[in-house]
Amino acid sequence: MSLLTVENLHTRYVSRGRTVTAVDGVSLTVAGGETVGLVGESGCGKSTLGKTILRLVDPAEGSIRIAGEEIATLRQAALAPFRRRMQMVFQDPYGSLNPRQTVATLLETPLKVHGIGGRAERRAQVLDMLARVGLPGDAAERYPHEFSGGQRQRIGIARALVLKPQLVICDEPVSALDLSIQAQILNLLVGLKRDLGLSYLFISHDLSVVRYFADRVMVMYLGRIVESADHVTLWRNPQHPYSRALLSAVPVADPTRARAPMTMRGELGSAPTTGCRFRSRCPVAIDRCSVEDPVLRDVGAQHRVACHRPG
Amino acid sequence: MSRDGTLDGAIDIAAPAAAVLRPAPRRRGGRLLRACVTNPGFLIGLLILMTVSGIALLAPWLFPGDPQDMVAAPTLWPGEDWAYPLGTDSLGRDVASGLAHGARVSLMVGLSATAIGLVIGTLVGASAGYFGGHVDNILSRLTEVFQTVPTFLLVIVIVAIVQPAASTIALAIGVASWPTVARLVRAQFRSLREADFVMAARSLSYSAPRIIVMEILPNALPPIIVTTSVMVANAILTEAGLSFLAMGDPNLVSWGSMIGDGRDLLRTDWFLTALPGAAIALTVLSLNLVGDGLNDILNPRSGLA
Repeated sequence: MSLLTVENLHTRYVSRGRTVTAVDGVSLTVAGGETVGLVGESGCGKSTLGKTILRLVDPAEGSIRIAGEEIATLRQAALAPFRRRMQMVFQDPYGSLNPRQTVATLLETPLKVHGIGGRAERRAQVLDMLARVGLPGDAAERYPHEFSGGQRQRIGIARALVLKPQLVICDEPVSALDLSIQAQILNLLVGLKRDLGLSYLFISHDLSVVRYFADRVMVMYLGRIVESADHVTLWRNPQHPYSRALLSAVPVADPTRARAPMTMRGELGSAPTTGCRFRSRCPVAIDRCSVEDPVLRDVGAQHRVACHRPG
Repeated sequence: MSRDGTLDGAIDIAAPAAAVLRPAPRRRGGRLLRACVTNPGFLIGLLILMTVSGIALLAPWLFPGDPQDMVAAPTLWPGEDWAYPLGTDSLGRDVASGLAHGARVSLMVGLSATAIGLVIGTLVGASAGYFGGHVDNILSRLTEVFQTVPTFLLVIVIVAIVQPAASTIALAIGVASWPTVARLVRAQFRSLREADFVMAARSLSYSAPRIIVMEILPNALPPIIVTTSVMVANAILTEAGLSFLAMGDPNLVSWGSMIGDGRDLLRTDWFLTALPGAAIALTVLSLNLVGDGLNDILNPRSGLA
């Protein structure tokens, strides 16, 4: 059984009477020990998907199951045991830590709230977690503003892991950091996954980060998964024109490999009411695309794509 | 690039562990000290406020006995008899003693009214801002209803219904002044509840009271503290106005009632109104100066932080 199973999930925002469907029928699974990458451009709904899975945003319809147990319809108060099993690392290490709390408070409060251990035991766990994320023990008595961005993200990771979750949703955990720091944090996440047996749902707009990190990659466009494959297949043989465009935008450090860049027209807009939502920007769209909405179908082993003209 | 271990050529994970943490920045005490130096208004306000508070605290020892007692000939001018340095009023009561004891009443009413207003306003504003939706709608309408009634009129109505004692006056002013706090706190909570650290707290299943009190409130405090000083000043003015209209506590001398009593002799013995008037003006001014200074100290964008 998968650790996380999401089926036909919808999330809608209502603003000034207009309904925006940020997540529009997404299904995915994350198995124990697996890292699933979720890529897409800004505004495609990938962060909303992560927050909906954690129930920080309420889903409009669909199912979210943790080890087979449905949590999409649970009341907030009943979610506590499931939140011990799934946590989130946030994008902005400056906004995600309460500036008025010491690191010790930041890390100990989750344990206190979930009734774990006595005072001494909690203290030991906090220090253990600080050591795991590569921070010295005397960091505990300091405030977030005394740390650099990379160190803050380590604190954010420590907070997400202090409850010993099985699944960690990483919402662009390195995109706010310098390139050299990004590598450190990614290596830390890889090491923690190995040591603690974690699963990751890794949300990013940066394909090179996802490639380094993920076993399986899903490409999201305007609230839908348009392609899903293991990372080798996706990089060698992307089927959806959107995936191809994204991959061709990744710079390759090899001047001998000439590549014809694939271009997309226009901007990320709102989904058209009929047909394929990518068709207005698609270089290979045909008449059928404006009539019939393509569904995800198998095109190979573990390779699914939602396009009438794949390949 | 290897997929199981580390990024080729990347820096070793352990490296930043040894990295030196930034030195601890100066604590608030240092900031306060620098603010005093760079902002003379704040320093002057603080000095006046401390003087007034000191006189208020020491009044029973500086001027033992009831300030309402007739102790000397009426309408002695200041300096005329050095036993009564600020003179006496039309009934022969010591003006200096009245001012000192009046400071007690003014500050006590000002502080307790503000405390009451803060508690009500923070509760209402925090709930409205954090929960939003129907809770926000109901509480915001309630706040608006209270705000449409002029504060002073509301206080007069409340005092007219209950007995005019210092405690009931403080309560009335507090009840009439909470909408300002509620609106401020609500705005703070509305913006802070979307902050990532609140999201993190929710994802960790912290309870709503814990998030409101432990996570959001400490971050919403600076503007509330600044407002507090202005609220104390307004409460002192309201109490003085009430006493001037002879609706204050009849058993206590207050600055407002001294002005009211001196009104009849304004043309001959103007010092009877001028002295308590100056006391009110100085105290209110000092509170406003302190409020401005606190705004600079607590505002991280002011460059002092």
